[in-house]
Amino acid sequence: MTAAIGHTSVLLALLLALCGMVAPIVGHRTGKAVFFAGTRAAILGQFILVTVAALALIYGLVTTDFSIQYVANNTTRATPIYYRVTGLWGALEGSLMLWEWILIIFSGLVAWTYKDRHRELMPWVLMIFSIVSAFFLGVLAFASNPFATVFPVPLDGRGLNPLLEDANMMSHPPLLYTGFVGLTVPYAFAMAALIVGKLDEAWIVTTRRWTITAWFFLTMGNLVGAYWSYHVLGWGGYWAWDPVENAAFMPWLPATAFLHSVQVQERRRMLKVWNLSLIVVAFSLTIFGTFLTRSGVLSSIHAFSNGPVGTIFLAFLAVILLASFGLLAYRADLLKGQPQLDSMVSRESAFLLNNVLLVSALFTIFLGTIFPLLSEAIAGTPVSVGAPYFNSAIVPLFLALVFLMAIGPMIAWRRASWDNVKRNFLWPAVASLIAASVVFAGWVRDFLPLLGVTLCAFVAASILFDTALAARARRRLAGEGIFRALRTLASRNQRRYGGLVIHLGIVLIALGIGGSMSYSIERQATLGRGETLTVGNYHIRFEGLRTIEQPTHYRVEGAFQVSHGARTIGMLSPALKFFPNQQAPVGRAVHRSTFSEDLYLILSGFSELEKNRATLKVLVRPLVVWIWLGGAVIALGTLVAIWPMKRKNGKLTDES
Amino acid sequence: MRFRRLILTFIIIVPLLTLLAYGFFRDPRYIPSPIVGRPAPQFTLTLFNGEKLNLADLRGKVVFVNFWASWCPPCLAEAKELEGTWRELKDRDVVFVGVQIQDTEKNGRAFVDEFKITYPNGFDATSKIAIDYGVWGIPESFFIDPDGRITYKHVGGLGPTIVAAKIGEAKQKIVSAKEGKGEYQPIR
Repeated sequence: MTAAIGHTSVLLALLLALCGMVAPIVGHRTGKAVFFAGTRAAILGQFILVTVAALALIYGLVTTDFSIQYVANNTTRATPIYYRVTGLWGALEGSLMLWEWILIIFSGLVAWTYKDRHRELMPWVLMIFSIVSAFFLGVLAFASNPFATVFPVPLDGRGLNPLLEDANMMSHPPLLYTGFVGLTVPYAFAMAALIVGKLDEAWIVTTRRWTITAWFFLTMGNLVGAYWSYHVLGWGGYWAWDPVENAAFMPWLPATAFLHSVQVQERRRMLKVWNLSLIVVAFSLTIFGTFLTRSGVLSSIHAFSNGPVGTIFLAFLAVILLASFGLLAYRADLLKGQPQLDSMVSRESAFLLNNVLLVSALFTIFLGTIFPLLSEAIAGTPVSVGAPYFNSAIVPLFLALVFLMAIGPMIAWRRASWDNVKRNFLWPAVASLIAASVVFAGWVRDFLPLLGVTLCAFVAASILFDTALAARARRRLAGEGIFRALRTLASRNQRRYGGLVIHLGIVLIALGIGGSMSYSIERQATLGRGETLTVGNYHIRFEGLRTIEQPTHYRVEGAFQVSHGARTIGMLSPALKFFPNQQAPVGRAVHRSTFSEDLYLILSGFSELEKNRATLKVLVRPLVVWIWLGGAVIALGTLVAIWPMKRKNGKLTDES
Repeated sequence: MRFRRLILTFIIIVPLLTLLAYGFFRDPRYIPSPIVGRPAPQFTLTLFNGEKLNLADLRGKVVFVNFWASWCPPCLAEAKELEGTWRELKDRDVVFVGVQIQDTEKNGRAFVDEFKITYPNGFDATSKIAIDYGVWGIPESFFIDPDGRITYKHVGGLGPTIVAAKIGEAKQKIVSAKEGKGEYQPIR
């Protein structure tokens, strides 16, 4: 019954999506407004039907309705209720269902928000949404059906992949999908603007908040994924340049570039074609990511199921790329007559350079990711490139980007005067040099980390310096207190100050990545009971093993007494989890974080015969915690940027 | 002008899509072994009967080396076939060697007894031999010609037809261009 309701809803929603695709075209031909209204109704109808379908699948998962194949594959009777719900995105079919659900929520929100505005654009915007929605519904209906039934009904299910039984997996996929899907909004508006031929700044101004929101979810999705990798996978790292990780990260680069370059278009009416291209690329990459993940054309540690879905996604990607860039080429005449760059020393040139760097990073990562394909197609042998390639190519680009984070927001538009440069950057430069010499005198002697610290300090100093000057001006002008002044500043220019806070968050992440990449220590040893391993200032004594029964598995825990110098820290217990359906155990590493460094313990093995011996891997990774704190700062900055602070006649304005 | 731009767009996008589509026609997990065509790494294996087998002593014969484990389903499937092939070929200057890896010796002895395996078998407790041969799946098999050179590598379970054919090739010192594949079982 549940399966029938779900599947029927998907089919009906598909029908509506197809109507929504056609209605604007008919409306345009016949000139009857009723067809435009029909597109909206189709979106609303899809919203209801897809919600019914998604809830049906969740209901099936929660009530362990094993007559549904998907439920049987991803839950067991022993699975706790919250992991039954997260089973929605535990495998391909459910993930696509979630994707479609988020997409249709976004479409509904857009349709509702702009019901009285953008009369010319909206039918086409909703048509683009309907096309994307029809694609996903088609996949759900025919290629990857989450409501496929199984007979005879199994007595118990197979259960979730054990690595997904983790609190972070509750948030990582939905965050990432929300980020991916959110990019559909600016993409749909861009396409609508191209179709109508109304290529002024309207589509950019309208989608600004949506783009920042999508960017935020994309950032968080990647960070939570990195945290999950660090916290659960038990290898002590948070990023491995695996194809699937790259697939999640790649849309972030053009999205970030877009957030910056649209400001140039708003201000100077430049980069029109560039902005349209960026958003097409960003949106295409979200589809490319799913293609890469689900097609199995590249080998990845993320072992996802293959099937016909890969081919279908590639076909859709082809349609998007050819149609979007085809339309762009067709409309290019309308995009001519842009102003020229006035000076190389200006904000627009800084933003342009930022874009060049981000797109170079995208190209580098894209090339590295598909390199095995490329080399086999050309040379006949697959050659993979790994972390060394990515690190050596990406680190310099990102260091340059960090430098630009200090320059871009402070330098003047059009043509910066020497005075402007001196006023904004002299003191921050002095401050960063002082910071660099302190760090140099303290411990950091290697070039790249030292450069990184200097640049980070430069960015932080320039932001604090600029904000302090502006706050002081307000205090003089309006006699406001310091907090009141900061509040006024932020609400008067939310995007600027939100952006600056986000930049501070990025600086923290850069510090965390730099510290943990450059100065990690790693040791492994087999210890008998009572023996001690010393790593850095940490002394780790092995106290013994114990076995614990859990609902879905049993775990073997090692107890390790840890002290730092003379100070006792306490007992840390990394474990190995044994699941009945899995051949190999799943590691459960533990880490203890401080602001200066993380201690990370991995139980790599123990002897079955001698209960008193265990092999332990220990990592000391400096500054890792700042990566996660940087994420929190970015969240704060995003709030500053998009929180509806300024109201005009009780209505939100688009200018904030 | 407009037409030229459209063509240009296609020229950029179509090859990219073609490359991605090409991905469907290849196996991403395929890693060609650099060892095929090179001299086989030397090893000394302590057999289950206590004797020592030295690969160097087998120069002049065709050697078939099979890496296996008692827990691996394709190994169970091929065990009988391999023993049968061994009985047919053992008088023709051919030696079969079974190297048990990623397992316990006790299970290995039970496995050899169960399938009444008569060719030399031993346990590579430290996986040193497996590492030297670049084994990354179980089972994997190597064919070594009378000059001590590896002529063929097979990943996964083997049947008598391929074993006999590849032993024939090894006798004539013919090196296969590509490794073979069968049922695949990764080491975890």
